[in-house]
Amino acid sequence: MGRYALRRLLQMIPVFIGSTFLIFFMVYALGDPVAALFGDKAPDPATAARIRQDLYLDEPLWRQYAHYMGQVFSGQFGTAFNGQPVTELMASAFPVTLRLTVVAVVFEMALGITLGVLSGLRRGRGLDTSVLLLTLVVVAVPTFVSGTVLQYLFGVTWGWARPSVSPEAPLAELLLPGVVLGLVSLAYTTRLTRTSIVENARADYVRTAVAKGLPRHRIVTRHLLRNSLIPVVTFIGTDIGALMGGAIVTERIFNIHGVGYQLYQGILRQNSPTVVGFVTVLVIVFLLANLLVDLLYAVLDPRIRYA
Amino acid sequence: MRGAPYSLRARRALSALCVSAVALPLTACGGGDGGAEDGVVRSSWGDPPNPLEPANINDVQGGKVLDMIFRGLKRYDPRTGEAKNALADRIESSDQRNYTITLKKDRRFANGEKVTAASFVNAWNYGARIDHEQRNAYFFEYIEGYDKVHPASGGAPTAKTLSGLRVKNERTFTVRLTQKFSTWPKTLGYNAYAPLPRAFFEDHAAWLRKPVGNGPYQVRSYIKGSVMKLRAWDGYRGPDKARNKGVDLRVYTDNNTAYTDLQAGNLDLVDDVPAQQLKFVRSDLGDRYINQPAGIIQTLTFPMYDRAWSGPAKAKVRRGISMAINRAQITERIFHGTRTPATDWTSPVLRRQGGYQPGLCGDACRYDPARARKLIKAGGGLPGGRMTITYNADSGSHKDWVDAVCNSVNTVLRSDRACVGKPIGTFADYRNKMAGKEMTGPFRAGWQMDYPLIQNFLQPLYYTGASSNDGHFSDTGFDRMVNQANAASADGRAIAGFRDAEKVLAEQMPAIPLWYQNGSAGYSRRLSEVALNQFSVPVYAQIRVG
Repeated sequence: MGRYALRRLLQMIPVFIGSTFLIFFMVYALGDPVAALFGDKAPDPATAARIRQDLYLDEPLWRQYAHYMGQVFSGQFGTAFNGQPVTELMASAFPVTLRLTVVAVVFEMALGITLGVLSGLRRGRGLDTSVLLLTLVVVAVPTFVSGTVLQYLFGVTWGWARPSVSPEAPLAELLLPGVVLGLVSLAYTTRLTRTSIVENARADYVRTAVAKGLPRHRIVTRHLLRNSLIPVVTFIGTDIGALMGGAIVTERIFNIHGVGYQLYQGILRQNSPTVVGFVTVLVIVFLLANLLVDLLYAVLDPRIRYA
Repeated sequence: MRGAPYSLRARRALSALCVSAVALPLTACGGGDGGAEDGVVRSSWGDPPNPLEPANINDVQGGKVLDMIFRGLKRYDPRTGEAKNALADRIESSDQRNYTITLKKDRRFANGEKVTAASFVNAWNYGARIDHEQRNAYFFEYIEGYDKVHPASGGAPTAKTLSGLRVKNERTFTVRLTQKFSTWPKTLGYNAYAPLPRAFFEDHAAWLRKPVGNGPYQVRSYIKGSVMKLRAWDGYRGPDKARNKGVDLRVYTDNNTAYTDLQAGNLDLVDDVPAQQLKFVRSDLGDRYINQPAGIIQTLTFPMYDRAWSGPAKAKVRRGISMAINRAQITERIFHGTRTPATDWTSPVLRRQGGYQPGLCGDACRYDPARARKLIKAGGGLPGGRMTITYNADSGSHKDWVDAVCNSVNTVLRSDRACVGKPIGTFADYRNKMAGKEMTGPFRAGWQMDYPLIQNFLQPLYYTGASSNDGHFSDTGFDRMVNQANAASADGRAIAGFRDAEKVLAEQMPAIPLWYQNGSAGYSRRLSEVALNQFSVPVYAQIRVG
């Protein structure tokens, strides 16, 4: 197990370097960002040249990348155009998005697995059909629609929640955005759990457990659910990374100043240090979440072992 | 499935979850006032793209803050746009080139430091010097010695300070310009000319974290990218003391969210009503919606460096295209009256005494399909039989109006393919293509004035080689008239001179004036006496709360 984890960690290094280079290349390909700093007015060529020189933009791409990676390994991620170090942006953005993601994941896990188990155990009955129908609707409605509608209903019509989140972004204010963010994943979790439960309900070990006369809740939670959770855990694991990066829409609607916001600003202003820095951290989060998922398999199903 | 202890349990868990999901925001936000402080205006804001230094801010959002925390030599009257003395006691010149500036007595920065002649001279030297990479450095280009501190080649400067600036005593300094510039004192209301305290130079990083100025407000706290809290400064001695206790500027990533927050009572002032809401804003806000002209004009500029578009014959084509655009219909249908069809190259905020002259464009700006067709034909038709309008697709709703303009031209020319929009992905790329002279047809151009002067609408845009002359228009007659106007000793003569120059534009049509842009704002019931100035920035100090 330990060796397996170590091997996986080592594998992350090439993935990390490759992905940062790709992102760097893509942002670079967008063109020269300096002209936009001057607004609708033509930049003064001398000042623009100085800024380019300062940001290493007058160097060839590989030199820029080398310089950037040198900074990264010394714990620096460069500075954004407004003069703020990117690490400072990260320190303010990641905790917020992390909280938002936690709300979304807890919501999707708790409700999704519960609904999935309930409908899976009552396959073909009224509850099952309505849950399936409901998830279909949720999957079909894009986040920006559900987000704006819920924001308007809860925030303006009923006045139950704030339509926007304050800069401190306390957990309580993140509940509504978190639910919106987790909604689509919730539908997938429900459907995955349901299918998995339905499939495993007829498995030999469940029949054995029933024959042994184990209490019903024990059969469901210890035997049936535990085995059925493997695909669900895989999904949720990869979803954590996707949620953190994909929060752009939700964060924009609810004015949350998190990772999505910084990424959006970074792309809009073609600020490569911001974009590459944030995506780099997201890549690491994604890789770690995947590793965690793989390690969890062994906990859920002891037959799975790692050498 | 048999009876069900587990399902009951699950059901209980489910219902508990639902309750908590719904109830928590309830209890958490039960207060519902969104943290409204007594007497404090909660206003929407956008994150300034550049560091907050006077000579480095060229966007409206950063300008908003500077307008609250700084007062310069002059200030533009928020109602009339007239440049009035603020810190300047008098600005004198006998030759429109050498100026002597005397400051008012006993004005201070919020940290107690006195505002002296050196506060201005040091700030201007800082702003002009190329090493500091200030976006507005070119504002000091008329002062003698600019080419030494800011070499055009971008190399190392050969001087540290502008030779044209001299401190005479604590309250007086002199300025020598490189050319005659009669309206120069009136440009001094622009934020780039603000004075700076010694603290700015001593600990620059700390100053950027919490700027100190000499205006009616001081910064209490600033969290970059989220919120800036400004509070009224008791020590302010100008005539426009703040009538409220302070202003919280909150960064919104999306003006739709800001508008929703205004409706929910979490925000007091939105100074950019989103386009999608314009249809409902009257019914939502009633009198609390402001829609008034700002010093912004939109044009279609032609690439005069392109053979296909230059020459006397093509002037007819350019005029014809202008006549083919149904401005009234587009401003009404697409902009819901937040734009006004343009009939000259300036802006109504200048008012007639400042040089605005409605109708100066004449017939060329009137929709006339028959004559438009005739003129375009007489000029040899569109180059290659078709034209594109280039715009950047990443911001604003340029696509909507560009398509509408093309549609208008196509209808007039009775062809579906005569005019098409040509989007460019990002603004930066758009600017680069413009600078690289890569435009092959007319392109979108917008000009937001730096100061309410007719000079600012003409010289930077159409003078040979001027900084924002993106179409590279060049006309000796136009240049001569601008020079004469700048050298005029009387105000009225200068304005008349610029108007004559503007008539050259009407003949040659290097840029088609489309419409004047309005500022739009909405506010909550807590506020009264909300107004926008000519830059479409709210006049915060005037606002009353409660």
